[in-house]
Amino acid sequence: MKDFAELIKTLDSTNKTTLKVEALTHYFKNAEDKDKVWTIAILSHRRPSRPVNTTLMRQWASELANIPVWLFEESYHIVGDLAETIALVIPPAEENTEKSLNQFLQEILELKPKTEAEKKDYLHKNWLELNYYERFVFTKLITGSFRIGVSQKLMTRALSKATGIDEDILAYKMMGNWKPEKTTFKKLILEENEEDYLSKPYPFYLAYAIDGEIEDLGVVANWSAEHKWDGIRSQVIVRNDELFVWSRGEELVTDKYPEFEDFVGKVPNGTVIDGEILSFPDGKIGTFKDLQTRIGRKNISKKLLEKTPVILKAYDVLEWKGEDIRTEPFVERRNILEKLYAEVSSEEIPLHLSERISFKNWAEVAEERERAREEKSEGLMLKRLDSPYLVGRKKGDWWKWKVDPLTVDAVLTYAMRGHGRRSNLFTDYTFGLWDDDKKELVTFAKAYSGLTDAEFRKLDAWIKKNTLERFGPVRSVTPHHVFEIAFEGIAESKRHKSGVATRFPRMVRWRTDKNIHEANTLGELRDLIPD
Amino acid sequence: MKPPLLAFNKKGIYCEAADVYLDPWKPVDKAIISHGHADHSRWGHKKYITHHSNVPIIKHRLGEIEVSGKEWNETFTINGVKFSLHPAGHIIGSSQIRVEHKGEVWVFTGDYKDEEDGVAVPYEPVKCHTFITECTFGLPAFKWQPQAEVFTEINNWWQQNKEDDRTSVIFGYSLGKAQRLLKHLDTSIGKIYTHGAIENMTEVIRPLAEMPETTRVTRDTKKNEFKGNIVVAPPSAHGSPWIKKMVPYVTASASGWMTFRGARRRRAIDRGFVLSDHCDWQGLLKSIKATGAEKVICTHGYTDTFSRYLRELGYDARTEETQYEGELGEEESKIEKES
Repeated sequence: MKDFAELIKTLDSTNKTTLKVEALTHYFKNAEDKDKVWTIAILSHRRPSRPVNTTLMRQWASELANIPVWLFEESYHIVGDLAETIALVIPPAEENTEKSLNQFLQEILELKPKTEAEKKDYLHKNWLELNYYERFVFTKLITGSFRIGVSQKLMTRALSKATGIDEDILAYKMMGNWKPEKTTFKKLILEENEEDYLSKPYPFYLAYAIDGEIEDLGVVANWSAEHKWDGIRSQVIVRNDELFVWSRGEELVTDKYPEFEDFVGKVPNGTVIDGEILSFPDGKIGTFKDLQTRIGRKNISKKLLEKTPVILKAYDVLEWKGEDIRTEPFVERRNILEKLYAEVSSEEIPLHLSERISFKNWAEVAEERERAREEKSEGLMLKRLDSPYLVGRKKGDWWKWKVDPLTVDAVLTYAMRGHGRRSNLFTDYTFGLWDDDKKELVTFAKAYSGLTDAEFRKLDAWIKKNTLERFGPVRSVTPHHVFEIAFEGIAESKRHKSGVATRFPRMVRWRTDKNIHEANTLGELRDLIPD
Repeated sequence: MKPPLLAFNKKGIYCEAADVYLDPWKPVDKAIISHGHADHSRWGHKKYITHHSNVPIIKHRLGEIEVSGKEWNETFTINGVKFSLHPAGHIIGSSQIRVEHKGEVWVFTGDYKDEEDGVAVPYEPVKCHTFITECTFGLPAFKWQPQAEVFTEINNWWQQNKEDDRTSVIFGYSLGKAQRLLKHLDTSIGKIYTHGAIENMTEVIRPLAEMPETTRVTRDTKKNEFKGNIVVAPPSAHGSPWIKKMVPYVTASASGWMTFRGARRRRAIDRGFVLSDHCDWQGLLKSIKATGAEKVICTHGYTDTFSRYLRELGYDARTEETQYEGELGEEESKIEKES
């Protein structure tokens, strides 16, 4: 545990990518193999499921710290991170344990079925045997994910430096449904193993948003355009008469979309399709909100399947007849996809094609983009006809060109302290719009991003001085500040007091030039909902 | 009903019986000043009374003012009210202000810490009935390591940077933290350079406390001089053009706020050392107990939380609004005036 805690501390104490890669490389060269596997798992968000609920952990930490629970809660709101709060409030370690990272994780895995009393004993004992930083890391392993500014890409780079294995190959090996307690470093990283590849998806190729003018992309005839669909980017795999569905978050979601079982037998074995899962109620593309009713469910009822079926809107094919064709030009892969689509479309399987748009010049492309909301897409994707399918987010061959967001001017009404690097700063805001009589502000969205650090600090100081009421961690503030709030999508919602749900709301501008009576009304917001 | 011995009004903490203010934030006729930080010693009062070691400090900050200096424990009487100053241990020249009238004793801490820092005269608990305390770090999350351990870490960090051919740049506010850093840096590692704001303040303090040799960074300081040495600068220097001269450098901040991982990451500083001139949680609780006070008034910091906890412990505790800012204010607003 010591070397892992030391690694996290180093990663946490620098903002420089090169130093982070250096620290990780050093770790991967020196740690024991079992610890390395766990480190890869943790940094790629494969933690064991939480063995203790956090309410109990707060209670037990308060007991150990000899403070009332309310005081622990107050401290937590200010510190902004549960594991950090626990590590800070309990008394310093009396002795220091030599247990390794994998021992701890094995124990955490075994903790889940134990009784509450056993769990409490376990936590109390270990909290008191770890120094501050080890204790923080240990508690993090139990409670939540590590947000320490290490992307999977960065970890892969370090692992590549430490092992000499190519980064793309490593990215591929680390994908999929492996369990750190059931594999070894040799098997996961070092060995070639055909069987393991049966379920494996390919790393997704992701596009950057276009910067600058569309004409800068050059000769229009070199490009393909299609809509950017607003669903769950996924790979659907048919191999050996088995189906695997992977979401972009590298989650195996086969069970959640039984519709795709019909692909087996109709789509040939050895096929991997890259596409977007979309809701498709009443034979039409639905909203992302419809899709959300499917995402969270563990059990998919027959009723839900009928009400909100899904389809795969196919963009690309990455594997064909068992061969990795990612290096073939995009236009060739599309030909294969379109042929496949033509062959199976009569079979009534939920495979749709993300059609390529025909155009003669950039102006026509721009026109199509304006139709995105009508089409229920987020904008356009532009892909070079000769582009290979790359790994991760890369510039040059693929670009996303989203429609401009919708915006309204809203009034800041509530604020809450942020987390992580925003701990102890009021950075999480609630915004209201006027009801139709312009008498009362009705909450319509929450937003956390879009201001500069300096603006956040300024607003934080203002909030502390202009608090009306406190509700635990939340404060209501004097309605005074107007912000331009942008969002990607809008739909009616019964769950929201305003009757409207917005997608990805964020602050784009602090409208210091406007007073609160110039903010928009709910009626004006509702007018933005497409028919 | 007779007025309380000390009351909180729009101008500051007011003693009606003596017609005098303690650390007022609006201009008044007569002010007793706890220490030299800008939120406690403001500009514009007709008459200042403070500890004599604070006199040159506030003169440096406020210019020509009418000020009289007092000794520790020296009683001076105004309209029959007895006042005296007692070491607060916060920074050099910082005092608690004791007020006694008709057998009733109040103590106002200003800012204070219970750990001896080697520069300021150490804090002494003063018995009283009502204790007006700051609680900048009044949460159980704050727990300071002994200063010797922190300085071992700081000096090791400097040594490591030297071995990596980098310049160490450490931030601390220019009155108090800077001199505490200077005092305990290990000059066998290398030379200490100072930002102008810090050097100016340190010059004022040299006659009062022994300080190591420092070199002011000026326009003429050569770029190649810095490597392996340490630069002490106010937090406002972070990210300014001034610091570019020190490339390649590594930054650190020394503050109680460095307890929070988020605080350090937010400021984009490479290393955070938890070093504060205020009491930590246990320090506050111990100090309050040592005064024997039954009534406690919390001024700045996590006042609501802290006073609620004190009430659970059986104290008659409450919160009063003031315009004191604690360590955050010292770091972020004070420097602008001084540099």
